Amino acid sequence: MDQLAIFLQRTVPDLIQGAIITIRLTLVALTVGVLVGLPTALARVYGGRWLRRLSMIYTEIWRGTPLLVQLFVAYYGLPELGITFPRMAAAFITLGLNSGAYQAEYFRGAIQAVGSGQMSAARAIGMSRWQAIRYIILPQALRLALPAWSNEVVAMVKYTSVVFLIAVPDLMGKAKILAGRYFNPIEVYLTVALVYIVLVTIATLIMRLVERHFRTPGLELEVARH
Amino acid sequence: MEALNNLLSLFIYLLQGTVVTVGVALIALTLGFAFGTLLSVMRVYGGRFLSNFAAVYSTVIRAVPVVVVIFILYFVIASIVQLSPFVAGSLALGFASAAYQSEVFRGAIISIPAGQMMAARAIGMSKLSAIRNIILPQAIRLAIPPWSNEAAIVLKDSSLVYVLGVPEIMRRAEYYYARTYQPLLAFGAAALIYFIMTFLANRGLDYLERRYKFQM
Amino acid sequence: MSELPIVRVENLHKAFHGTEIIRGISLSVNENEVVVIIGPSGTGKSTLLRCINLLTRADQGRIWLRDQEITTPHTDEDKIRRHIGMVFQDFNLFNHLNALQNVTIGMIKVLGMKPHEAQEKGMWELERVGMVEKASLYPAQLSGGQKQRVAIARALGMEPDVMLFDEPTSALDPELIGEVLSVMQKLARERMTMVVVTHEMGFAREVANRIIFMENGLILEEGPPRQLFYNPKFERTREFLWKLTELYGKDKSDEVPLV
Repeated sequence: MDQLAIFLQRTVPDLIQGAIITIRLTLVALTVGVLVGLPTALARVYGGRWLRRLSMIYTEIWRGTPLLVQLFVAYYGLPELGITFPRMAAAFITLGLNSGAYQAEYFRGAIQAVGSGQMSAARAIGMSRWQAIRYIILPQALRLALPAWSNEVVAMVKYTSVVFLIAVPDLMGKAKILAGRYFNPIEVYLTVALVYIVLVTIATLIMRLVERHFRTPGLELEVARH
Repeated sequence: MEALNNLLSLFIYLLQGTVVTVGVALIALTLGFAFGTLLSVMRVYGGRFLSNFAAVYSTVIRAVPVVVVIFILYFVIASIVQLSPFVAGSLALGFASAAYQSEVFRGAIISIPAGQMMAARAIGMSKLSAIRNIILPQAIRLAIPPWSNEAAIVLKDSSLVYVLGVPEIMRRAEYYYARTYQPLLAFGAAALIYFIMTFLANRGLDYLERRYKFQM
Repeated sequence: MSELPIVRVENLHKAFHGTEIIRGISLSVNENEVVVIIGPSGTGKSTLLRCINLLTRADQGRIWLRDQEITTPHTDEDKIRRHIGMVFQDFNLFNHLNALQNVTIGMIKVLGMKPHEAQEKGMWELERVGMVEKASLYPAQLSGGQKQRVAIARALGMEPDVMLFDEPTSALDPELIGEVLSVMQKLARERMTMVVVTHEMGFAREVANRIIFMENGLILEEGPPRQLFYNPKFERTREFLWKLTELYGKDKSDEVPLV
């Protein structure tokens, strides 16, 4: 019991600091992901030839390469071109762009699932294309994308762990430091795993509440039939 | 000419890492497939103990970052038996992937109509025989699209064994960077190789999907 | 009767993937008229309607809405569509909005009405189609016939000059067809100008002022129901009409309840 107390005393403060950074990384990455991903999806579905191509190139590259590689290119490679990011910024940008590419695909699928009939009906009552997208397509598409997006939120908590490799002191980074300091890797990593489980569970519960709030009777079913 | 030679030697150096990467991915996928199907069968058809074990395994492993799983399993394995980082890393990734794959197969199994099992039992098959000969063959074909997704992810996650010092693409790119101070070239080339691998893998998986996909 | 037709179509041509679907159609629809378009499937009837409200742009030909030519390149399509109502075969109700909101969204976002004004008018339109008790229900909670009636209310809410119906009952279960047809009959009695593409021969015979028979992208024959049903110019017309009437049951008009 004493050993446990000592262990906790040594590790808990660092782990809390690490968890806070992990949460920050998650939130920023998701936000950047939406800000980049949603316009990309719209460009892919409604844009002209060049917008569609650009959108496809972005999603293909960022989904076709590992997060780790993107991180290293951003943090170690770009300085060679004169673009130097401090480690946190590099982490935010890499995670954000990566998430954006995946989110773009979820949004694209959802927008296409809404169905062209909705667009026709919206135009038929005199809405402009933009009005139709804003008031008819997107409200439905975002609801359809919610399950996939919930997964992305929960998954992002885990993906942030990779930034420890550029010495960001997130949960994983702190774990590495602690394991090196006290020579007890298994205990440290098991504890860290536990903290991640807690974070993931909290995220899952939050997303479940969000999903319940936005549920519209039969929206998923109705659209799926088309 | 000098530059071209350098580029060529870089690619050859990295391609050796590619073999390692593919090796890690294949071992992990295979272990994940075997253990994953077992877990999914345990979850759906097992008694209370087996079913709960499978559920807990899947939920816990999937709630933890793959890197952490790799680290933990590596240190656990290393304390028991002496294995190279390559093997230990591949196995660790395999056990992690098994959790995700078990969810894929579980979804496929429960979407097979109950009538299939009923009909199999009705002609005298044992539960095990029915699972092996009737349920699983259908479930695996149903699962091909989401499984392809998971396979692509494993290919990219194989880069994470970098943390164990395995001499795959990323490690080698890093060594090259340390020797020549050309990080953009090194990691850019690594990115390109991964991109091509993923592209080819997706093509292969698409072919698999088209050929064997099963729709009810 | 020196009034301008509400809709006039002149020499319309439209091709898809190299095949010409509409091969030179001219017609006009006068105020208060109910024009029913019939013909074998795939002969361009739906395409014709979609050309009229500019959802599809014709390759050749001109279309007028009252005195304005709407096929010129600089036409503001969105503005024109405020004056043309369309009811789709698949209803296309907005799934994230309830019945009342479906009717009012166009009023608020397109016509700029104030929300409470739009709500009042929306309830009035729903009353008109007999759906006022279901105003707060979502499309998924409505039957096919109810959905289509809300769709009609949605189109009416924009106060169009003409209503286009694209096979409004084709996607409905047989028992639900009647409730939609009776709403359409009511509109006809209220002197709404209507263009209806349908296979419902009873409706065509009883409600239409004029029937147009389209085949192979061209108008084969047009005239009052009496003419087409009992004294057609072409054998083909007689053949088609009576085959359909047999198929749908003779005297189907008896089954349509009058509201």
